[in-house]
Amino acid sequence: MQINKNIAISDSGFIFNPSSGDSFSTNQVGLDIIRLMKEGKKNEEIISEIVAKFSIDESTVEKDLGDFSLMLRSYQLLNEND
Amino acid sequence: MSKLPYERPFIQKLNTGSMNKFGTKTEFAPVTHLDGVAVKQISEEYGSPCFVISERQIRRNYQNAVRAFKTRYPKVQFAWSYKTNYLSAVCNVFHQEGSWAEVVSIFEYKKALQNGVEGNKIIFNGPDKSLEDLKLAVENNSLIHIDHFDELYMLVGLLEGGKQKARVAIRVNMDTGIYPMWDRFGFNYENGQAWNAIIKILAHKELELVGLHCHIGTYMLSANAYATAAYKLCDLALAIKAKYGQAIQYLDLGGGFASSNTLKGSYLQGADIIPSIDDYAEAITSTVLNSNFPQDELPTIILESGRVLIDDAAWLIGSVIATKRLSDGRRATIMDFGVNLLFNAFWYDYKISPAQEFTHHMEDMVIYGPLCMNIDCIRENINLPLLNKGDQVVVHKVGAYNMTQWMQFIQMRPKIVMVDMEGKTHLLRESESLDTMMVLERMPDHLKKIK
Ligand SMILES: Cc1ncc(COP(=O)(O)O)c(C=O)c1O
Repeated sequence: MQINKNIAISDSGFIFNPSSGDSFSTNQVGLDIIRLMKEGKKNEEIISEIVAKFSIDESTVEKDLGDFSLMLRSYQLLNEND
Repeated sequence: MSKLPYERPFIQKLNTGSMNKFGTKTEFAPVTHLDGVAVKQISEEYGSPCFVISERQIRRNYQNAVRAFKTRYPKVQFAWSYKTNYLSAVCNVFHQEGSWAEVVSIFEYKKALQNGVEGNKIIFNGPDKSLEDLKLAVENNSLIHIDHFDELYMLVGLLEGGKQKARVAIRVNMDTGIYPMWDRFGFNYENGQAWNAIIKILAHKELELVGLHCHIGTYMLSANAYATAAYKLCDLALAIKAKYGQAIQYLDLGGGFASSNTLKGSYLQGADIIPSIDDYAEAITSTVLNSNFPQDELPTIILESGRVLIDDAAWLIGSVIATKRLSDGRRATIMDFGVNLLFNAFWYDYKISPAQEFTHHMEDMVIYGPLCMNIDCIRENINLPLLNKGDQVVVHKVGAYNMTQWMQFIQMRPKIVMVDMEGKTHLLRESESLDTMMVLERMPDHLKKIK
């Protein structure tokens, strides 16, 4: 499960999906996660990068990442084929 | 290097097509203090959830209501509607301000006596008064508002042949153009029932007909309905004077003025559509002043306002237990308070504010309480900043009918605190504990052991 490689991300948290024409807004942590996903990072790597950058514990990030992935999937930003 | 503050990852689709043309009103800012006292401090000292009542706001509401009426009419008396909030400390703020007591059960009646209200300043309403209750009310010279013929005959039976007299009024129900019509209480005006009751009372010298009462409904959005109600009570009073030569001492218009809460399903905010207390006062007083009472026989106007005087004088502090994602993608936030504490969430869309700073990202969510039942929902759809476990919120305008209609179901009831005029907090009601819950239970011997 990977993020669609062709989505456009702006620094301000603006996301554009050219295949559907949908646009989205996200926050700093969401932006970081999407970037890391785009780089092909695995969940464990994403979690440790977030924990290193923000003052938060691992289990909270793990829980939030699961929830965030659900939202990405419901917005069809994840590539279901892999 | 210090780490950045964390905010739960969040993503929201931008729907340019369906933007609200009115613009969205951000209905909140963080509410960190209640009447000058920090929310954090209150919950550290008293726990969460916790009701917080503002003595200052009660007095302000009361004085404003009295001003609205007394600047328009010479003889006005308020009677605090106990059922709205009968915490004795709350009642006593009203009594200190000069309010009488309006009660609808012997429990409330005895509470008023216990609070030091003189018997002749207690209005005893309601359909459920036993012979014993009536005896007590007669002895205390209270104002007995008769609800039905069975009560009238019971009272006649009680007093017949004796020397005691009872001061009575009848409750009148009527068509004021408002649906639904509250015709299950009292005697109907239009079909002549009220007049029949009046004739019966006047035929008994042990009953002194001192007033006429009505309560046309609650959360009334039309001030004009009160003009109609006042008109019909005046009509009855003047007819009694004309036919029997007896002046009626007071007209009791009941309660029902709306508070600024928003009714469920209302597109507009409550505060934008409700009449002001001055609108209600104008409708009532101008009607009575324009009736044909001789100047020296103007009846006193009594009001039994409840929610309008107390709703915005109390908050509920609560905390986030958990956040979830529902199967359809909506966010669900579970709080440590539910319909067990906010019974009126069935009718109101309570305003809820975060109690701490938040970022600008917002989320639509459902707010659930902690009960294991489906109907335990406080807001079906509310837009709030991202909330996390442990965050605190403040629910606004919860003063009316919650601290009396709350239920001990699954959870025990929490503390109630008052902030006084100097900003000091006082505990008004302890939280329930297993011990307090067990005080009323009894165990048959054969069930004491389970092995
Ligand atoms: C007889 C009577 N008086 C006064 C009230 C207080 O009403 P409110 O809180 O709407 O002002 C009620 C409430 O139902 C009532 O039944």
